[in-house]
Amino acid sequence: MIKKCCSVLVFCVGSCLLAACETSPVKPWQRGDLARAEMAWEPDPMESSLRDHVYTSKEGSSGGVGTGGGGCGCY
Amino acid sequence: MSEVGLLKLGLCVVVVFLVKATALAQPAPDFELPVLDQGYTLNLADVKGKVVYLDFWASWCAPCALSLPELEKLRARFHDQGFEVVAINLDSSLEDARRFLKDKNISYPILFDQNQVTPERYGVAGMPTAFLLDRQGQLRDTHTGFKKGDTEKLAIIIQQLLRDEES
Repeated sequence: MIKKCCSVLVFCVGSCLLAACETSPVKPWQRGDLARAEMAWEPDPMESSLRDHVYTSKEGSSGGVGTGGGGCGCY
Repeated sequence: MSEVGLLKLGLCVVVVFLVKATALAQPAPDFELPVLDQGYTLNLADVKGKVVYLDFWASWCAPCALSLPELEKLRARFHDQGFEVVAINLDSSLEDARRFLKDKNISYPILFDQNQVTPERYGVAGMPTAFLLDRQGQLRDTHTGFKKGDTEKLAIIIQQLLRDEES
């Protein structure tokens, strides 16, 4: 009986904890803050491009940089 | 391919087009929103009888900035024939919209949806998204995003809608 109660309790607590992990996706019209300049991974695209060029030239590792980022998600 | 096969293929194409047309042609959800700095509200019934380009935009969205002057041009071109642009601003702050519009000469009504309910009801998929409504207030087309060259494509659709309604 105690064992059964324990497993029910673990299931309930686990469900609650997992439910807390849920996030609702940001709607397209809610991306105003994400579109701000300070939210960009690279605030200065020119400087970033120059730095990447120097880096890839030095390392001989073209295509080894870059990542998906923030931004407004506009079309 | 035999004649029967061709006939079947033709029927399939017609059915697909009919299904697509019926899926789009549904009544546009109604709304009543305040017109920016004008002291009155506008609802969809006020523009019934016109072909309407309902545009959802925000000041932080770069393609929206490109679209506004282009929509102004389209409005100037087709307004006499019964075309109207209605823009719904989705900024979280009214001040952002005001600042953005300060140096722009926009003559069509710009509504402000503080609670951001209308984009949910229309199913806005990205910024900007626009819906083309016919004179009966039916949704006839959607346009997501905005880039150079879209103006002419839209002009063709608008002309078609205006022509459909006349006949």
